[in-house]
Amino acid sequence: MALFEAHNLHKRFGARVVLEDISLAFEEGQVSGIMGPNGAGKTTCFNVLTGRYRPDRGSIRFKGREITGLAPQRIARLGIARSFQMMTLFDQSAVIENVMLALPAFHARRTQVLRSVFDKQDLLQQAETVLKEVGLVERAWDPSVSLSYGERRALEIGVALAQQPRILFLDEPTSGLGLEGRERLAELLQQLRSTYTIVMIEHDMAFLFRLADRISVVHWGQVIAEGDPASLMANKWVQRSALGGLQ
Amino acid sequence: MATLSDISPRGSHWFTPAMGLAAVIALTAPLWLEPAGLYQYIGIEVAIWLIYALGFNLLFGYSGLHSFGHGAYLGVGAYAFGLYQLHVEVGLWGGLVAAMLAAGLAGALVGACVSHRRGIYFALLTIAFGQVFWFSAIKLHWLTGGEDGLLNIPRPDLSLGVVRVDLNDNTSFYYFVLIFLALTVLLMWRMVNAPFGRALQAIRQNELRARFVGYEVWRFKWMAFLISAMIAGLAGGLFAMAQQSAYPDVMSLHQSGLIVMMVLVGGGLVSFWGPVLGVLLYFLARDILGGLTETWLLWFGLLFVAMVMFKPEGLAGVLQDLQHGRRGPAKTSNPSLEVD
Repeated sequence: MALFEAHNLHKRFGARVVLEDISLAFEEGQVSGIMGPNGAGKTTCFNVLTGRYRPDRGSIRFKGREITGLAPQRIARLGIARSFQMMTLFDQSAVIENVMLALPAFHARRTQVLRSVFDKQDLLQQAETVLKEVGLVERAWDPSVSLSYGERRALEIGVALAQQPRILFLDEPTSGLGLEGRERLAELLQQLRSTYTIVMIEHDMAFLFRLADRISVVHWGQVIAEGDPASLMANKWVQRSALGGLQ
Repeated sequence: MATLSDISPRGSHWFTPAMGLAAVIALTAPLWLEPAGLYQYIGIEVAIWLIYALGFNLLFGYSGLHSFGHGAYLGVGAYAFGLYQLHVEVGLWGGLVAAMLAAGLAGALVGACVSHRRGIYFALLTIAFGQVFWFSAIKLHWLTGGEDGLLNIPRPDLSLGVVRVDLNDNTSFYYFVLIFLALTVLLMWRMVNAPFGRALQAIRQNELRARFVGYEVWRFKWMAFLISAMIAGLAGGLFAMAQQSAYPDVMSLHQSGLIVMMVLVGGGLVSFWGPVLGVLLYFLARDILGGLTETWLLWFGLLFVAMVMFKPEGLAGVLQDLQHGRRGPAKTSNPSLEVD
């Protein structure tokens, strides 16, 4: 049984069907990719999988447990973290606080009203560990809005990692990054793959094919092809797409 | 620009000379108010409104929940205190607890209805509920005394073992209110920097992200509403003691707007101390400018307009600018979003 499974997901907005009987499975310890053209339904698929949208029908199971229709905060607390294509941070807060707020240890004390969070050494240490992992420990006390674009992308991932998830959903993590930024991100994901199960939507096919163990191709709201990178190279749709340039 | 969610520099002093000066001014107020041409009662009034404003800013500034009907909870607290004194017993602590519980109950009910809403819908609902309370206070004559309100509410003595303090003396009552003000400052200061307060600020900044890192956003908003209403209820109870009456006008839209104006002009959106500045400015304008012209509220209103247009960060923002001007720009104040 896969760590995370979705069966026959269907989602429509008005008359427009965005997901049509999509089924996906993500194995523990693997990097899974979702690719497809613009408007294929990839981000909607992520939003349904992580609880932002409720599917019209179909089921989602995590570690064998039914999670279909659960609110995002409940899904997050089960160990499912995500990043966003449009960066979604606590901009006025310090980098370290962005991470602290996502720590399960912080969450366990979320209703405490009398002791400053910055007196809590265990929280600070845990947050620093995460920041070291994503290479931002030097910027810990700067406002997150002052980070460069690439650093903000790393912080997005850091916030997700701070949740100590079992599975990490990354929505177009290379979006807006230059070559150097992509390279740094690829190194970071190579480090993380030994610890986390990762699912990522990615437009940069070279990046995705380099990292992913398994890839699903989504088009018109359906999975039209699935397999490891080598087998997908032979797929006609993939060959007709921009990936042709990789061969 | 500094914001409410800034973290004080590590190693900074928790007690600054400005706070020390404010404490000395507050503690010696009964000695210099009358020689300065003012009157003892203004100290009581200012301290009560400071409690109210600090509690209100937990909701308005820290949580980003723009309540425009918060006078309702001040009023509920005032009525609850009055009803307790007139129909249950003449008792200080019982009355104040009743004021906080009644306002808390009202806040809990309204909060449950409005916490799922955002922006203009949240604001409109708070106005609507505020009007419901105001209208009820006028129409439920048998309970509230109608438009006249509750009159001749006694000020119970403060009993400290063998010592009894007569709170009918305005100086004693001022110090009594000052103790509650100090406790409110301490509680709010701790709360906004504790996990609960920082989570509230995170929700204000980015509700979507807060949900996806596991926060029950509506529950935090509801709790902020509840706490803020309870503090307004405490202020209302003290207000009923001060005025020895409770009347519907306290709940009116005008009174609810006043607290918003004070907090905004003072800079409650950028500083913990903003509401304090706003309340002081309002009462100084009312009593000093009001001594010079009957149209003082017009000038204060124009000041509000000017603040919103040219310096929405309020007085606290002006002071922060002056402070940074002296020290040079903050190291990380400029966002840099260049693409790699």
